[in-house]
Amino acid sequence: MNLIVNGEARTFEPLPHLAALVSALGLDGRKVAIERNLEIVPRSAYGKMALADGDRIEIVHFIGGG
Amino acid sequence: MDGSTHAAPDTWTVAGRTFTSRLIVGTGKYKDYAENAAAADAAGAEIVTVALRRVNLSDPSQPMLVDYVKPDRFTFLPNTAGCFTGEEAVRTLRLAREAGGWDLVKLEVLSDTKHLLPDMEETLRALKLLIADGFQVMVYCSDDPVYALKLEEAGAAAIMPAAAPIGSGRGIQNFLNLGLIIEQAKVPVLVDAGVGTASDAVLAMEAGCDAVLMNTAIAGAKDPIRMAVAMKHAVIAGREAFLAGRMAKKSYADPSSPMAGLI
Repeated sequence: MNLIVNGEARTFEPLPHLAALVSALGLDGRKVAIERNLEIVPRSAYGKMALADGDRIEIVHFIGGG
Repeated sequence: MDGSTHAAPDTWTVAGRTFTSRLIVGTGKYKDYAENAAAADAAGAEIVTVALRRVNLSDPSQPMLVDYVKPDRFTFLPNTAGCFTGEEAVRTLRLAREAGGWDLVKLEVLSDTKHLLPDMEETLRALKLLIADGFQVMVYCSDDPVYALKLEEAGAAAIMPAAAPIGSGRGIQNFLNLGLIIEQAKVPVLVDAGVGTASDAVLAMEAGCDAVLMNTAIAGAKDPIRMAVAMKHAVIAGREAFLAGRMAKKSYADPSSPMAGLI
């Protein structure tokens, strides 16, 4: 399936839900926050949130800042 | 408070949370996250500011801030650095709230990449959006007492005027305005941005600020850990001097040793 992740077009094997994308990317879901098509997905919903071709996903985390 | 003989601890409270340390430190510009954590520790900070950015998808194993500067040890204050509109700020902080699970945030809406001074009209608009969304907002602002009051009336949890442009290290540029802002405010006032060295922090606290927020003054020092220690002492010294009440300035000398009984 085709997704736009953090602004980059990426192709994945079919993914059942957002949690599968997080692990396919090698990320720890406890340390990130995610938007799907500009809507925040609560962490508790990653395992239930289905993905569709063309979804725009933003995955962010805390970094150093002032 | 270190060295204090007063019985009651000298604390300050923002958005219902009470802190002992009056030094908030940023987490940017350090050599690495380990140095960053050591500096926050040396500063005695209880609150650290953090930014929110996209994860690096090409290298998910890169070190993460939260593995060094731990959210169970420090209160994270997510910022909106890099945001130029209210909508960008709200989007960023909603994500930060999801990432961290708390609603105390630092709003900064910038106007220009050259001086990074706040766009106050947009800052006030963003503040209202955030408050409507349930956030507790500490607001980076210009040293304008008129806008500071508008922010407070709109529900800001703290007023945080810039001493000087972010990262400039030039110290407090307008003591008169800072004094007016402190005098009128019923919420905490923090100098945020522009502190360069320990004496700047002392002056901010002597002026009556509730706390000081800094990043580059520590991270940009030749020895950041040592400067973090200096800043910790500076903030304590300035606060104690403010509470003690300084002596009156005089035009002429006043001998410290009695003039009577000289041989």
